[in-house]
Amino acid sequence: MNDMTPTRDQRAAALEGMGCKRKRVEDIRFTQGKGNYVDDVKLPGMLHGDFVRSPHPHARVKKIDDSEALKVPGVLAVITAETLKTVNLAWMPTLAGDVQMVLADGKVLFQNQEVAFVVATDRYAADDGINKVVVEYEPLPPLVDPFKSMDPDAPVLREDLAGKTAGAHGPRKHHNHIFEWTVGDRELTDAAFKKADVTIKEMISYHRTHPSPLETCQCVCSFDKIKGELTIWGTFQAPHVIRTVVSLIAKLPEQKIHVIAPDIGGGFGNKVGAYPGYICAAVASIVTGKPVKWVEDRIENLTATSFARDYHMTTEIAATRDGKVTGLRVHVLADHGAFDACADPSKWPAGFFNIVTGSYDFPTAHLAVDGVYTNKAPGGVAYRCSFRVTEAAYCIERAMDILAQKLGMDPAELRLKNFIKPEQFPYHSALGWEYDSGDYHTAMRKMMETTNYAALRKEQAEKRAAFKRGETREIMGLGVSFFTEIVGAGPSKNCDILGIAMFDSCEIRLHPTGTGIARMGTKSQGQGHETTWAQIIATEIGIPADNIQVEEGNTDTAPYGLGTYGSRSTPVAGAAIAMAARKIKAKAQMIAAYKLEVHEDDLEWDIDGFRVKGLPERFLSMKDICWAAYNSVPPGMEPGLEAVSYYDPPNMTYPFGAYLCVMDIDVDTGVYKVRRFYALDDCGTRINPMIIEGQVHGGLTEAFAIAMGQEIRYDEAGNVVTGSFMDFFMPTAVETPHWETDFTVTPSPHHPIGAKGVGESPNVGGVPAFSNAVNDAFSFLGSTHIQMPHDYWRNWKAAKELGAVA
Amino acid sequence: MIPGSFNYHRPASVADAIKLLSDLGEDARPLAGGHSLVPMMKLRLASPAHLVDLHGIAGLKGIRRDGDTLLIGAMTTQHDLLASDEIAKSVPILHEAALLIADPQVRYRGTIGGNVANGDPGNDMPALMMTLGATYRLEGPGGAREVAAADFYQGAYFTALEPGEILTSISVPAPPAGHGYAYEKLKRKVGDYATAAAAVVLTMADGKVASCTIGLTNVHETPLVAADAAKAVIGTNLDSAALKKAAAAAETIMSPAADARGPVEYRKHVGGIMVTRALQRAASRAR
Repeated sequence: MNDMTPTRDQRAAALEGMGCKRKRVEDIRFTQGKGNYVDDVKLPGMLHGDFVRSPHPHARVKKIDDSEALKVPGVLAVITAETLKTVNLAWMPTLAGDVQMVLADGKVLFQNQEVAFVVATDRYAADDGINKVVVEYEPLPPLVDPFKSMDPDAPVLREDLAGKTAGAHGPRKHHNHIFEWTVGDRELTDAAFKKADVTIKEMISYHRTHPSPLETCQCVCSFDKIKGELTIWGTFQAPHVIRTVVSLIAKLPEQKIHVIAPDIGGGFGNKVGAYPGYICAAVASIVTGKPVKWVEDRIENLTATSFARDYHMTTEIAATRDGKVTGLRVHVLADHGAFDACADPSKWPAGFFNIVTGSYDFPTAHLAVDGVYTNKAPGGVAYRCSFRVTEAAYCIERAMDILAQKLGMDPAELRLKNFIKPEQFPYHSALGWEYDSGDYHTAMRKMMETTNYAALRKEQAEKRAAFKRGETREIMGLGVSFFTEIVGAGPSKNCDILGIAMFDSCEIRLHPTGTGIARMGTKSQGQGHETTWAQIIATEIGIPADNIQVEEGNTDTAPYGLGTYGSRSTPVAGAAIAMAARKIKAKAQMIAAYKLEVHEDDLEWDIDGFRVKGLPERFLSMKDICWAAYNSVPPGMEPGLEAVSYYDPPNMTYPFGAYLCVMDIDVDTGVYKVRRFYALDDCGTRINPMIIEGQVHGGLTEAFAIAMGQEIRYDEAGNVVTGSFMDFFMPTAVETPHWETDFTVTPSPHHPIGAKGVGESPNVGGVPAFSNAVNDAFSFLGSTHIQMPHDYWRNWKAAKELGAVA
Repeated sequence: MIPGSFNYHRPASVADAIKLLSDLGEDARPLAGGHSLVPMMKLRLASPAHLVDLHGIAGLKGIRRDGDTLLIGAMTTQHDLLASDEIAKSVPILHEAALLIADPQVRYRGTIGGNVANGDPGNDMPALMMTLGATYRLEGPGGAREVAAADFYQGAYFTALEPGEILTSISVPAPPAGHGYAYEKLKRKVGDYATAAAAVVLTMADGKVASCTIGLTNVHETPLVAADAAKAVIGTNLDSAALKKAAAAAETIMSPAADARGPVEYRKHVGGIMVTRALQRAASRAR
């Protein structure tokens, strides 16, 4: 060895493996405007489709007259439900076990519902055509309020379900009822409430909102009549699932369907499900023999493709006088709109809402969820959260604050008192989950120490006194949130989508020169997989991350996977990547042993190659092993160095975190200022700290938006009134607070690299932190719960109702 | 979000523009920055058959001082206003208000003429022009005329503009040296119209308000001048009783629509607060 020989640290650093703040490789093209999105796909002879949409929330469709539209130059076809019936596609299955109209079949059930699809030679002609389609409607009374959906005289929305007393998830109680889902021990819970010293009860609503990715939903469908093959470029978070669903509903052989998800400009759950636009573009291409593009505009995205939340959660906690929780009872009224188009694993009609016991050791709990139909857009999807986990976290975190207020305890102290203790993991929750690992007390105390929580409480007490003396018109709130997520769907024993188990996959192929390509069943929409996946491989097999090409989204080349949502990529595909890499490493070890002329057991792994134990100079690098794998393998061994792994996780992972929001509110205008926001996340092993930080910043910004104003709102007549970014709160850099991030590391014991997933944590934990801050600010004036969103006028209204404003 | 088809015209003179607009009649709309008209066209709420683009007309752009009056060409952008030393020096409230209009990208395109001529109650400049006592030069087939900003606005999107007329320039009398000014605008986010906004230009003498004009944005179907509110503070040192009286007087003439910014009661309430805050800040700036 001489001075030029790299040290072990230098060799490890050169890999840019796990733990490295590696710069995002995809940003080289994104920051130069060189990404390739669906709308960049332009094929010769491509046609454009666009929708005629309903102005009514509920109406009978008497007649559709397309004769004038067909006279518009460039308009080639107008597709209606009658057209689709000829190929049995007027309705499509939803991921939640319901069916959904592709185009209005006799009725419309929400404003902006798809009524007809106009196909033209360009988008201008398509829109000209839309304006010439004459639809005759007979308006019906709209049902907007979910609390009135099961009134005896409520209008019948879903005539197609007449006489059906059971749905995909059991009996239906009413013509607008979808399902009832119950979990937990009702009797034990009732008994706990009877014995309780203290109980609280509050109806906590999580309003309807929307994932609103910057790139809307879109596709290009191209049917080759000669080959009988359909190619679909689309904004798909789960391309393989789309391929299978298309095969099943369009009765096309799966090998003749090619689904390609190119670069995607954000998904946040909006791009998991199947939408009428995909079906109509595919049918239009089959009918015309030409490629057909469909691109949603912003209004369509906000008002027609899947919304999120709309959960109304009546929450009760039983506790002892000294603040030990003894029981939790939650009833949820879930507004699904016109069709239950939830994108949850099929057996879970309310997703994983039964994580609602949160981070606390509840001895017993009971949960019931009733899903209902209303005249609103169908959904709801998991907007940057695992299925209904953000609703659950909001529910329990708000309720714990309400309990603290009733007990006269500090909210942080109440949480510390009730946390699941480190020695209780793996922990079996009262509602059926097995939490893998956690150290909640350490995380909470770190948050309290770093933010100087005690001093903030003291300042708040002083400000409250000053407010009461009339010296200030500003009130101060501290929003504590301690969330536990459940992500990484999921184990085949309890998770599937339409019968497909929710595994994920990775295929790694190394080239002779010591580089390689890796493909996964996931699909990045901005998460940075091209960067982080290569880092896992780099650490596992000692090939620099820069030498690994990562490819996702093409169903012809990628191994089958269930896609990217619910923070599942790292827990599931991340594990598959490590397992595939380890298969390669095992073969590499055999090759190394042959080349170094020792037994395999005499070798040890050393950063980027194998070394003979006790003989440090006898070393073979992975780069050299790659060459040998193609040219001089041991006798009897197949050449080549590649592996594939399909990973069925043994359990979910349970990331957690401690957040604090410090907010000041001017009671005269309701204007708030987020003075400080601290977010400690524990996502287990950290692959790329810079990407984690970016994920946390993004998720917190969305949480801020949701809590403080982002809402899909309907008026009493069923008109959706938040159809643009003028009224649907999309914060800019100016409105967005400064974020302080921090972490602890509690690896997942069952995951090959101990990682848990982080992309959605900040949304899950952020929303309760903001809402608790607002509620905490007002609590000394006598309020217990103020519903979200907390925009300016609602803050002023709260102040007024509490007598703080004349 | 795809506009219908239209014919595009780019006249080189005001006379040509007027002739086009007169000949083409109601099917034609003048195009300045396009930030109101183009979105309406994309929503097909407006489907003009002809767009008459005013960008090709030399002389419609620019800021110059003529004695005690500032002349601002209609095609001057909000960005041009912000870049003008003359505006910053002579009518600083216009600089302050322009910074609160939309965002830099919009301000590069959006024009002062379009902002004041469109009659949108959400636009900020109309109330400012009324507060400053500005007049608009309107040129049409019958010649040119001057109309006071205070007489220009008749209803939401209804103005004194006659068919074929275009607003070509704005004359703003420079407020006296040492005046105090403030534009207080409550909005939900960058790019939003005001929930309520108040413009104040005043002079102080011996610690008391000597003269005062108050304008209000987006609390009525037209911009407003709150004369009674101004009267309530003249001669006072802006004590809390005077401020309260001014806010109450301003609120009585407000009739905002309930929208996502809040119910009527809230928008009037914060309208009053904007008046109070603008008065206080303007007074603190007066010399």
